[in-house]
Amino acid sequence: MSPVGGDAPVHVTLRGITRVYPAQAAQPPVHALGPIDLDLRQGEFFAVVGPSGCGKSTLLDVIAGLAVASAGDARFEGQAIDGSVPDGIGVVFQEDSSFPWLTVHDNIAFGLRELGRPADVVQAKVKYALDFMGLADFAQAYPAQLSGGMRQRVCIARTLVLEPRLILLDEPFGALDQQTRLLMGDELLRLWRETGATILLITHALDEATMLADRVGVMSARPGRFLEIVTTGWPRERDSTIVADPRFGGLTSRIWTLLRGESLRALGHTGVRR
Amino acid sequence: MKRVTLLRILVILGAIGLLEGLIHAGIVPRFTIIPPSEMASALAAILASGKLKVDIAVTLTNVAVAIVASMAAGVTIGTVLQRAAALRRILDPLFATYYAIPMYAFYPLLIVVFGLGDVPQICIGFLLAVMAVIINTLNGLDRVPRVLLKAARMHRMSALRTALRIRLPYAAPYIFTGFKLAVAYSFIGVIGAEFITSSRGIGYEISFAYNNFDNRLMYGLILFVLALVLTVNMSLHAWEKRLMMRRQR
Repeated sequence: MSPVGGDAPVHVTLRGITRVYPAQAAQPPVHALGPIDLDLRQGEFFAVVGPSGCGKSTLLDVIAGLAVASAGDARFEGQAIDGSVPDGIGVVFQEDSSFPWLTVHDNIAFGLRELGRPADVVQAKVKYALDFMGLADFAQAYPAQLSGGMRQRVCIARTLVLEPRLILLDEPFGALDQQTRLLMGDELLRLWRETGATILLITHALDEATMLADRVGVMSARPGRFLEIVTTGWPRERDSTIVADPRFGGLTSRIWTLLRGESLRALGHTGVRR
Repeated sequence: MKRVTLLRILVILGAIGLLEGLIHAGIVPRFTIIPPSEMASALAAILASGKLKVDIAVTLTNVAVAIVASMAAGVTIGTVLQRAAALRRILDPLFATYYAIPMYAFYPLLIVVFGLGDVPQICIGFLLAVMAVIINTLNGLDRVPRVLLKAARMHRMSALRTALRIRLPYAAPYIFTGFKLAVAYSFIGVIGAEFITSSRGIGYEISFAYNNFDNRLMYGLILFVLALVLTVNMSLHAWEKRLMMRRQR
């Protein structure tokens, strides 16, 4: 069973989180998200799935402090998140956010240098991250010389060296092919186990969510709300071979059943029976 | 050496050889143009005699001042304008028509304001060069992907740190293109201005030789300017290519 039970301390608390984009010229206000209530427990791997445009990324932005909620209360380690980025949170974005003018090594060292860490500390941490993410042979390469998957590893490594206690991932493998995604999923699980960080993963791939997460939050079409939170019950020691587990198909189809009507609604179909 | 490079050299050598042949055959008269071999020997003689040392130094110094000033001002103005959307909207149409203005027309005004020294020449070079840097800086800064700015916020960087560590480095290849143009425009501006009213400098000496029917001196100096500008621009071009190679996906 998952070691993250109901007794682990609460790491992130969301209460009534709502996001409304104000009216713009000739356009009414857009209710994009919420209200959302959620408790993320320390060390938990939580995935969010939902139809396109349901506000998944907005939810992530609110937790990261990159966007301010229109209403509601968001807390990280008990402290209110009020539109500034809290210490201890790392984000990996869907788009490639590697810095093209820096080598892989310097990309990973970037945040540590910004914090003014001593050179020997930077060296040691970057070396660890390079080894951990399998990038040691590419330390002096520029991102342009790497594949999409490798560049995303650089971005993960850049977040990892800062030792965040909460890692937010916004469809980090969205642009990668299926095999690479499965392998990156394995690495993410390894990273999660070894760092003990809490992870919130946003994805549109149902199998990815089922395979990686302890719990999967299934969101409705816009304005996004949690329809249900599905507990997978996987052991902490797991990898992509879990797709062969007899329960895997059942869990994935449960999520799809919840999501199907919402996805159709997001595509503009109405009156679909669920 | 690449085939295309080899062909390029052959074309240039062929053109020089053709000119040389046409002049020696008397098809092109010598008082119009002297053979390239004589231009080269004239240039060697000018450089060896050292009598134009001061002129060359003055021109190169003025060009260098125009280049550095246009780079510094161009990047600064471009960076500020990129953040000041309202001001930029007002100025945009002026930028678009900037190169329609014949800068040399301002020469009398510049002399009235700055006198007969080096400043008017530098000003013309600067005025021609600075807009290329501004436009290319804006172009580069406009292209910074939003996700990199989000990454900057995740690193809790101030606006200034973000400009110095994210925006400008990302825009560097575009700004470099601006620098390359600034170098070319500074040469054009300064040497061109020296033709009009100046008592020293390479442009002045070319114009002086022209008025005195001194073809050897005139063509020697023209060759000098050509060789100088081509060398500088080709080195910058090679450097730019190296910069861009790192970025190409």
